[in-house]
Amino acid sequence: MIRVALPYHLRNLAKIDGDVLLEVAAPATLRAVLDALEARYPMLRGTIREYETGQRRAFLRFFACEEDISLASPDAELPEAVTTGKEPLLIIGAIAGGWE
Amino acid sequence: MSGVRVLVGTHKGAFVLSADGNRKNWSVDGPFFAGWEIYHMKGSPVDTNRIYVSQTSGWFGQLIQRSDDGGKTWHQPGLPNEAIPPPGPPGALPNRFKYDTSSETGKPLTTHMWYDGTQHPWEFKRVWHLEPSLSEADTVYAGVEDAALFKSTDGGENWQELAGLRGHGTGPQWQPGAGGMGLHTIILDPSDPKRIYIAISAAGAFRTDDGGATWKPINKGLRSQYIPDPNAEIGHCVHHVAMNQNRPGVLFMQKHWDVMRSDDAGDNWREVSGNLPTDFGFAIDVHAHEPETLYVVPIKSDSEHFPIEGKLRVYRSRTGGNEWEQLSKGLPEKDCYVNVLRDAMAVDRLDDCGIYFGTTGGQVYASCDSGDSWMPIVHDLPAVLSVEVQTLN
Repeated sequence: MIRVALPYHLRNLAKIDGDVLLEVAAPATLRAVLDALEARYPMLRGTIREYETGQRRAFLRFFACEEDISLASPDAELPEAVTTGKEPLLIIGAIAGGWE
Repeated sequence: MSGVRVLVGTHKGAFVLSADGNRKNWSVDGPFFAGWEIYHMKGSPVDTNRIYVSQTSGWFGQLIQRSDDGGKTWHQPGLPNEAIPPPGPPGALPNRFKYDTSSETGKPLTTHMWYDGTQHPWEFKRVWHLEPSLSEADTVYAGVEDAALFKSTDGGENWQELAGLRGHGTGPQWQPGAGGMGLHTIILDPSDPKRIYIAISAAGAFRTDDGGATWKPINKGLRSQYIPDPNAEIGHCVHHVAMNQNRPGVLFMQKHWDVMRSDDAGDNWREVSGNLPTDFGFAIDVHAHEPETLYVVPIKSDSEHFPIEGKLRVYRSRTGGNEWEQLSKGLPEKDCYVNVLRDAMAVDRLDDCGIYFGTTGGQVYASCDSGDSWMPIVHDLPAVLSVEVQTLN
């Protein structure tokens, strides 16, 4: 099982408490994991990836094993520690910003 | 027993303020969608339990929310509120606003003018305004940024652009203002289901007489000092337009400077700023039962978005403009430097029409005597982005 850690607002939206656990067939790429996440939680569609382009939304980043993989190919297989569930895939919103 | 439900969209969530017909004792529910910008929320005139919400965030994009029980519970239309939906892809895409560039719709547009005069791709950012149909609870219109008009006929589950607006010809010349190029005003004509008025910042006002298939600019008579051509067909920064439902075709506009009036469905406009201390502002509305009684909140200038001398004033005209009187009883007399945004004023339809407005300082004020006096319903909400009110019988 792959673990996905979502930011606060998306956990709220999906009514999730804690990490999401997903079954994703090999090769477990970032794209495959996000597809599975959105299939399981359709209320999250468009909140992580742009609806039309499928591109990562500008103020979100993806991390795995303490590495920023946001700019890596979404079709590259995720690290083994993530695909085995030992480490989570982190989806993080920009920390700074906002006007109040 | 009658009552009112005031729907308040704020910078950090939605609030529902409720009272009986006396409008003295209020209950405050919320924040719903805490932490999200609620650009607009509005109830269906057909079913007061049906409320549509534009929920948006720079981080997570645009969501549409809907209530079918008067604001007690909410859901994204057509989507389950829990995981593990039925097999297959979801039939509903309530948050998808895809610009229609198909050749079948006439003149597909992919670019508009940018700040530097070059052409820029049309990019969806958020829903600025939701306007439920006057006759069908499942039909609702959405005004979006970058400016376009969308329509749903299934309660917000799916949206289709009325592409004739962007395709009518002047679209490539539309240019955003500093706040973005948003379609912020949608007025449905109760006497003609095929007539719709819209306004865009900063392209101007437009009208359709065939249900959205074709459109025409309706900006004749508007004067904008930053536009060299005095007869410019488009490019005017219209802040808001209001119309009394009992007198369709008579429109009132708060522009970036000037309060304007049209008596012929927007074909011609004339200035009615009259004796206002300043004719800059954002909000404007019309008394529900007195079509010649208007309300504006004068703001000092386009450089200083706050009331003159720090005194929050509503101005009322009982003559359809030109002659304005100051309303201040119950409003801050000093040190008040808030703004009232374009969609943050509304009226109810009780016999003694109530007037409501919200400020960027988080206050929501109500008047039960046509503006003679005001009382705050709440003081310390997040910055108010929109105010609408439902009249409950």
